[in-house]
Amino acid sequence: MIGYIIRRLLYAIPILIGVNLLTFALFFVVNSPEDMARMQLGVKRVTPEAIAKWKAERGYDKPLVYNGLKQGMARLTDTIFFKKSVRLFVLDFGAADDQRDIGYEIRTRMGPSLALALPVFLLGLAVNISFALMMAFFRASYLDFWGVVLCVAMMSISGLFYIIGGQYLISKLWHLVPISGYQGGLDAAKFVILPVMMGVISGVGSGARWYRTIFLEEIGKDYVRTARAKGLSEVTVLFGHVLKNAMIPILTGAVVVIPLLFMGSLISESFFGIPGLGSYTIDAIQAQDFAVVRSMVFIGSVLYILGLLLTDLSYTLVDPRIRLE
Amino acid sequence: MMPAPLSTDVLVWLLVAAVAMYFRHIGKHEHLAVPWRRVTHSASGMAALVVLLFFVLVGLLDSLHFRPRLESKDPEAQSAYSSEVLSVFDVVANPLRNRPEKTYSAPLATRAFAKELVELPDGKQMRVFPRLRYGGAHLKDEADRGRDVFVTCLRALALALVAWAAISSLIVLMVARRDGQRRGPAWSRVWRGETAVPWRTVLATLGILAAACFSAVALSANYHVFGTDKVGQDVLYLALKSIRTGLVIGTLTTLVTLPLGVMLGIAAGYFKGWADDVIQYVYTTLNSIPGVLLIAAAVLMMQVYVDTHPELFPTSAQRADLRLLFLCIILGLTNWTGVARLLRGEALKLRELEYIQAARAFGVGHLRIILRHILPNVMHLVLISLVMDFSGLVLAEAVLSYVGVGVDPSMTSFGTMINSARLEMAREPMVWWALAAAFVFMFLMVLSANLFADAVRDAFDPRVRTDFRPWRLRVPRPGKA
Repeated sequence: MIGYIIRRLLYAIPILIGVNLLTFALFFVVNSPEDMARMQLGVKRVTPEAIAKWKAERGYDKPLVYNGLKQGMARLTDTIFFKKSVRLFVLDFGAADDQRDIGYEIRTRMGPSLALALPVFLLGLAVNISFALMMAFFRASYLDFWGVVLCVAMMSISGLFYIIGGQYLISKLWHLVPISGYQGGLDAAKFVILPVMMGVISGVGSGARWYRTIFLEEIGKDYVRTARAKGLSEVTVLFGHVLKNAMIPILTGAVVVIPLLFMGSLISESFFGIPGLGSYTIDAIQAQDFAVVRSMVFIGSVLYILGLLLTDLSYTLVDPRIRLE
Repeated sequence: MMPAPLSTDVLVWLLVAAVAMYFRHIGKHEHLAVPWRRVTHSASGMAALVVLLFFVLVGLLDSLHFRPRLESKDPEAQSAYSSEVLSVFDVVANPLRNRPEKTYSAPLATRAFAKELVELPDGKQMRVFPRLRYGGAHLKDEADRGRDVFVTCLRALALALVAWAAISSLIVLMVARRDGQRRGPAWSRVWRGETAVPWRTVLATLGILAAACFSAVALSANYHVFGTDKVGQDVLYLALKSIRTGLVIGTLTTLVTLPLGVMLGIAAGYFKGWADDVIQYVYTTLNSIPGVLLIAAAVLMMQVYVDTHPELFPTSAQRADLRLLFLCIILGLTNWTGVARLLRGEALKLRELEYIQAARAFGVGHLRIILRHILPNVMHLVLISLVMDFSGLVLAEAVLSYVGVGVDPSMTSFGTMINSARLEMAREPMVWWALAAAFVFMFLMVLSANLFADAVRDAFDPRVRTDFRPWRLRVPRPGKA
């Protein structure tokens, strides 16, 4: 088991190198730092001195991969590639283009992001599975049919409409919760409850339908018939047998996103003014702060790979037949 | 006029030609036509198809761009062309396009949404809601508006009924001709929903669609059906223009997804070994980057390129169009991994089957085996994932436009409509109609795409048949086959 984990972690290294090279190519080779500086400072009426100053302040005034002016190792280390891309591996994110420390921002913004993303994830999972189990229990009835119709209709509505509708109905019309904003501590609940609700509702359509398919596939199997033949009640069959055996496909989809919860949600954080990593990313995209976007891409891939590993480990928990060698 | 095709126009029409050729090919091969025939037997799928075809029609009309000729007094002068690029749809929808108000106005309103300072005939000034320039301008007395709208709708509905009756009788005639029946029995079979192809559902959908279209057209002659936006443009026109953007994103992306996903997926599964390792590495790497961030990074980089090379993009329409095309390519580059993974698994299974072993034993080349034996046997998976992806892409466009990495802000799309409507919601009283229009059109488009995709999936992959209709179980009455 330990050996497996170590091997998987070693596999992650080439993937992260790939991500790193890709982002490096995307951000520095396709467009030179010069182009970025000109863009940030305004395309027209920009002096070469201003560009040089902008680049020097942010450490972009170095060669891309090979610095012939330096001696020894510095030929390789005193370059944009080493300073900006390789340093990401030790989670040294450096400063954003507006000179603020990215690492500090990430640490402080992780909390609000989790406060929103974690309840959405857990509640969403519970609601989707319950709804799907209900449809599976009443399968081939009108309840099931209209449940699926509702799911298809709900997944055809853009998530943006749920958020806008929820904000209008609950905050603006009924004045139940503030329309947006955030406070630390227990006060957070008041600000988070609406985004959590909207997050769960917008996911029900596709989620419940997907789980229903999984459950129906399991219900058709032989062991279910055996269980029924033994005289077990349908409820026992559903919860004791079907749900347990459906855990593998459920975990495949669910566990992978757990680490990514730290990244927060781009859309609802920015709509509800929650100062998490999602809104940080959106602000960076809109301000064209490439340093931040680059860091977030890297963190995102690290977390995704972690999620894949966790998924495999979680299989052993729900299915004793699976052994990781 | 002078044709001025945008790059996406060309690709859209190429895609139409490819689809037409595909169906021609299918028509010649019975075994390929069978699953499609099953699609036509699905009621929800056919209803969705009718709505989708309407959207596609609007989108295709909007994909024929040209530059209109400028009127010139001197007949000898060389003909000059406007720099403005119009589409055939713009010409059709001319009354919608060319009747701007000053600013916001509610649906079917006769007066503007905001008060304005008006000079009265006796020289005094007063703040009133001014009459609109076009909306309800033909009315002498505004109190008549309700009656006028009602009468216009009634007339339109009567026309719609005539048109619908004409189409219905054509379809019944067709059914009768095909089954060698007389028209009477054919009509009653259609009416009772006993035909294999659910013509009753198709006719009902057509009827609703015709009623909505005819009323909208009739009302548009004198009113703004969905009101006007901040700069006084008709919201219905904007919503109709957004259709093309959604369709282009949903379909052109496949031009990138398909070749990459199919080739790499099959290659990985068929060759195994180092080819498999390399391809798996590439798609795991691409997959591990959060999709939105990768798209954002790529679009930002393109933005820098466009901003630093303005000389390459002469007109704003071309710039917006290239950005749309680029967005499709980026979406395709991030989306192919799903298809590739699916096909890799399938190819791994297929390569061990006897008929492929036999082909290999006979010395058939790899390329030939892939093209003749593997590709045809995974085509149904490709097709299913294609239609399933469409609605997701249309939805993604709205989110990306909100994030600021979607289509060009000057291009109308559902995303840009929602984005601007978001701020209007905060106004007091609220401007809700732009959002409502975007919602209605987007919901219809995505819903019908989802339903159609389900029908296609059910027809091509019977294993995952998930939908179940209780009324299909009715015990057949005795005496009827």
